[in-house]
Amino acid sequence: MSDTILTLTIDGQPVSGLATETILQIARENKIDIPTLCYLEGLSAVGSCRLCMVEIEGSPKLHPACVTLIQEGMVVTTQTERLQGYRRNIVQLLFAERNHVCSVCVSNGHCELQELAHKLGVDHIAFPGCYPELEVDASHRRFVLDHNRCVLCTRCVRVCAEIEGAHTWDVKNRGMRSRIVADLDTPWGDSATCTGCGKCVHVCPTGALSEKGKSVAEMLKKRPSLPYLVANRTEERQ
Amino acid sequence: MSQITIEPVSRIEGHAAIRLFLDDTGQVRDARFQVTQVRGFEQFVVGRPFSEMPSLTARICGICPVSHELASAKACDQLLAVAIPPTATKLRCLLNLAQLVQSHALSFFYLSGPDLLLGMDHPPETRNFFGLAAADPQFARDGIRIRQFGQQAIERLAGRRIHPSWVVPGGVNSPLTAANREAILADLPSIKTLVSAHLDRFKQTLDGHAEAIGVFANFPSMFLGLVNEEGTLEHYQGRLRFIDAGGAPVGTDLDPSDYQQVIGEAVEPWTYLKFPYYRPLGYPEGMYRVGPLARLNLAARCGTELADRELALFRELATGPVLSMFHAHYARLIETLYAVERIEELLADPQILDQRIRAEAGVNSLEGIGVTEAPRGTLMHHYRVNEDGLIQWINLIIATGHNNLAMQRGILQAARHFLTGTTLREGLLNRIEAVIRTFDPCLSCSTHAVGSMPMIVELIGPDGAILDHLRR
Repeated sequence: MSDTILTLTIDGQPVSGLATETILQIARENKIDIPTLCYLEGLSAVGSCRLCMVEIEGSPKLHPACVTLIQEGMVVTTQTERLQGYRRNIVQLLFAERNHVCSVCVSNGHCELQELAHKLGVDHIAFPGCYPELEVDASHRRFVLDHNRCVLCTRCVRVCAEIEGAHTWDVKNRGMRSRIVADLDTPWGDSATCTGCGKCVHVCPTGALSEKGKSVAEMLKKRPSLPYLVANRTEERQ
Repeated sequence: MSQITIEPVSRIEGHAAIRLFLDDTGQVRDARFQVTQVRGFEQFVVGRPFSEMPSLTARICGICPVSHELASAKACDQLLAVAIPPTATKLRCLLNLAQLVQSHALSFFYLSGPDLLLGMDHPPETRNFFGLAAADPQFARDGIRIRQFGQQAIERLAGRRIHPSWVVPGGVNSPLTAANREAILADLPSIKTLVSAHLDRFKQTLDGHAEAIGVFANFPSMFLGLVNEEGTLEHYQGRLRFIDAGGAPVGTDLDPSDYQQVIGEAVEPWTYLKFPYYRPLGYPEGMYRVGPLARLNLAARCGTELADRELALFRELATGPVLSMFHAHYARLIETLYAVERIEELLADPQILDQRIRAEAGVNSLEGIGVTEAPRGTLMHHYRVNEDGLIQWINLIIATGHNNLAMQRGILQAARHFLTGTTLREGLLNRIEAVIRTFDPCLSCSTHAVGSMPMIVELIGPDGAILDHLRR
């Protein structure tokens, strides 16, 4: 079953893939761009940011490309005006929810949220800002967590649990009140489980997690190491 | 009592109103320079990591973001408790000088040029930079060119002209390239010639400004500025020195970190601009001035050839310190010439291309104070952080704040001289505004206030009734 080759159409282009692969994987293999934020190659997909939603012919609803497996004869559209409108709204809502001040952010110029806004043509925020009063956790010796810049993508949670195996990070509360917490909601510096490996910092798409002492626009992240780490560990297990 | 209000005050950076109070005989009893905006930087940076402070405080101003970055980074160096690499110091000095050139060119050519060239009574519709450019295109072009040189030098050093994020705690974040060094050097000779020519031209016009020189904040006061060990003109480091109206040092030179021993800050309910004062004399007697005029009065010499020649001529204006703020224009041009010469010296130093430009450290001290000379005068950033490096408290004293008491006094002097009767004539009001312009105030900086700068003047009678009112 897993080596059955299926054929489908994405944006009018005939493509093919294994039955175990997702629409997002096949699209990227074929250089078809679908925006993502919570997805990161090498980590489990959770389909939470909803930026990768696509239309599938015959289905009245939208489907997250990162967690939808391909099917024989599927006709997928990734770039309709409706989808782009939703994506712009999602990005605007992310900006409106917390305090994203690009010009003075450590990740200015190297931020996935900023790049998404740029790519989608979001040049202003139509929703009123919430401007929540959020703290900065700088208790760790080497790293800083700034809730003002967090988009709750949970990449940090997954990389810590799935790759490092420490599961230091988790999410408390629900909805807009959600916060990333270390251990059972302790200051990061007091965490008994954190190994200080820094993977969470490097998978964070924004300036929410950064190295201490970095000034504005200085936080460059090294992301491509994950598939390599995953591959090595898989070999060991076998 | 009557009152005159000039609002908005134009061709300065920020928002302000001037209120003139008249007594029963119609004479000006009191004058107030009222700054009408507040921005709250000292509050909203609380809780942020200190490493963001140079860029955060740069947003106080679009004219001199570089000055705030430098004072801020110096305060942060103290939090790290490090000595930064010598090349980083030199690069920061270069950036500060480039900032001085662009800001002085803005003040002299763009903001005060219309008064100086077109005249105080020129119709206000064209008494601006565009009117100036129509009347004397070459003067305008030269002003733009000199400012461009400063802005381009900032870009070549720091990557961009406005709000660069190059200055960091511990130094700067990238070395100067040989190509950028050559590019700045290539422009220098022509800029030096231009600045010298305009300095000569300005000196020749001084006789025509005798009345303004006489009453534009022309009174004895103390002066404050940084001085280095050699006693030469200094804008980046050194010790704080006060001199009195006779030129004698007041007290001993201070480590800038001890500024609170001698500088107090008063507030008044009618303005958002604080009133720093010299503590031993109390408020408001402890008035002092900062800025280009203060710096030339304080320095033993400039330390560069052409500027020193000009300083010698400048000194002939008075036996002691030069007291009229009109001569701040003159001082600004001499400083611009100095800056161009000094930039050339710094670029000639082979060490300027060194790759070691940043000291790395964590928080080693919970309090830091950074003091520099911004174009408008002494700039102070004072931070306290917690063990994690998050800002707990800050205090900023900006050049225009230091000058606040002197500006009030300067307006009163000019108003008493120029105002007769209870009706307002535009040209007279412009003279009162021009006094303010000699201080080159940056109100957005000094109140950390938003906006471009309109001005209102109100004339208020003994009964508090507004007799006349002019708005621009």
